[in-house]
Amino acid sequence: MTQLVWNGLFVGSFYALVALGYSMVYGIIKLLNFAHGDLYMLGAFSGFAVLSALGGVSAAMTLPVLMAVLLLTMVSTGLAGVVLERVAYRPLRGAPRLSLLITAVGASFAIEYGMRAATGPDPRVYPVRLSGTSIEVFGARLTLQQLALIGVALVLMVGLNLLVTRTREGRAMRAIALDPRTSALMGIDVNAVISRTFFLGSALAGAAGVMAGAYYGKIDFLMGFLIGLKAFTAAVIGGIGNIPGTMLGGLVLGLLESFGTYWLGGEWRDVFAFGVLILFLTVRPTGLLGERVTERV
Amino acid sequence: MNETTKAPEAPRKIGAQRPQTRLSKLFDNRWVGLVGLLIALLVPFVNASNYTMSIMTTAAVFVMLASGLNIVVGFTGLLDLGYAAFFAVGAYTSGILATRFDLPLVATVPAVIVVTVIAGVIIGAPTLRLRSDYLAIVTLGFGEIIRITANNLPVTGGPSGIYGIPGLTDSPVSLYFVTVVIVAIAVIGASRLGRSRLGRAMRFVREDEDAAEATGVHTYRVKLAAYIAGAVWGGLAGVLFAGQVSAISPNSFTFLYSATVLMAVVLGGMGSVPGVVLGAIIISLLPELLRDAADYRFFIFGVLLIIVMIVRPQGLWPARSKEALK
Repeated sequence: MTQLVWNGLFVGSFYALVALGYSMVYGIIKLLNFAHGDLYMLGAFSGFAVLSALGGVSAAMTLPVLMAVLLLTMVSTGLAGVVLERVAYRPLRGAPRLSLLITAVGASFAIEYGMRAATGPDPRVYPVRLSGTSIEVFGARLTLQQLALIGVALVLMVGLNLLVTRTREGRAMRAIALDPRTSALMGIDVNAVISRTFFLGSALAGAAGVMAGAYYGKIDFLMGFLIGLKAFTAAVIGGIGNIPGTMLGGLVLGLLESFGTYWLGGEWRDVFAFGVLILFLTVRPTGLLGERVTERV
Repeated sequence: MNETTKAPEAPRKIGAQRPQTRLSKLFDNRWVGLVGLLIALLVPFVNASNYTMSIMTTAAVFVMLASGLNIVVGFTGLLDLGYAAFFAVGAYTSGILATRFDLPLVATVPAVIVVTVIAGVIIGAPTLRLRSDYLAIVTLGFGEIIRITANNLPVTGGPSGIYGIPGLTDSPVSLYFVTVVIVAIAVIGASRLGRSRLGRAMRFVREDEDAAEATGVHTYRVKLAAYIAGAVWGGLAGVLFAGQVSAISPNSFTFLYSATVLMAVVLGGMGSVPGVVLGAIIISLLPELLRDAADYRFFIFGVLLIIVMIVRPQGLWPARSKEALK
């Protein structure tokens, strides 16, 4: 039982990290960034590239090295997100929503199959594998590395929340979310803030990608597809556009999946998750913590 | 300021003030469709090899899928990313019925229509009340649910699927003729639907849902009708597919397939029936011609989607509304 809860929290913290980027971008420009899951994949691959370039990493140094790689990857994935926004989404600002969604699907394809063309279709094995001493907590087994990854995820999420609620930059983001035109009149450089939002969201997805690579040990060019869907589900459960809600949603989805798998069997895990998504959209489309938003005409 | 600076162009109304070029006259010509059908029917007299017939039949089924998705995406403006789900529901329903009860494929059609309508209602009813971008993701999730379910249930044959489905006809050439005729009827049906009162309501919903609601269009009902129509078109295309390949497995109905159909609709021109037919033919025959570039195919698809949306959102053969001319 406790084991299920721990597994759920662990997977859920991955979901939450990826979902945050989704949620931030959606909150600001109401765009479902379909390619977000692929930025996660991009993060995993750029982490792989950095680690391979470093050569052999001794087991004792694993965690500090991984942190450094994590930082590097976050920067590079973040920049990729900025480029994506500049090339694919900015020319269409103000276009009908359908065009933007289709562009996002196109971007997702371009990243996935561009990566396939660059690295080949075979999965890669991560040069660093986190497996080590396990400890007993309340009758459940978990490794120190798992704890460390949950810790990193938590630190990132808390940092992001502080950034959005306490800083000048965060205030600008929230202003644009409310009304981009008026924010521009108040002297906010709207395009720059949107760019930086993409940077942050993509960096978080990249971090999750490296962590997933190091934990599961195997990466491939389609790994972002499913996690993108799951992250969207998490964002909807928590309330899309709402940062604490999204974190909560990720954890809730992780727990639901962990228990659902236990009851129904592993092959139904994804069906269960999407079933939950449809159920949530029917019963409470604003999510657990989202406010009811009335559409203005 | 330079003296030669031109006055800003007045915003153009679609199809209204634009001078007619030879190309746009061709686009408006009503006989184009008939000529296209004649060409399609003449192909077997030029080349009737099994390979040609096979790719041409596949292309015809693809045209039917695209014209069905066009009702949902093009006319009504609802992005459906799991369209292959209905294709799968149709193919599996007819495949299971035909192999279990020894029925001819044609006899399964009523059951397929009933099942796809039910599937359309199940997925559409809760989600069509929501914002359109939620619908995109939910349909994507639904597509995955159908595929995974087909992969895990005993009745659908699991990962190996269903085989030994009876064909519609005996020879590849007659199958091609039957398919082309059925697809032509489906395309004409979609086109007539677009011009009907319901079709006008669909386009109104696409342009401005709130204004449509305010002028008395029951938007939810219109969206559901469009969604169900799309589901039925997809399901019937599934029957044709099952009859053509005689063995179906979950791998035929991936997200990639849904996205390819969407690509055809977007490239041809959303909401334009001749455009969508053209787009579907291009998308399904291009990989046969460019076998060497197979590795880059989906990469090119993705980039093309972005470019089309930025440079030419109306597609290759844009929809022209006759109402704008009045």
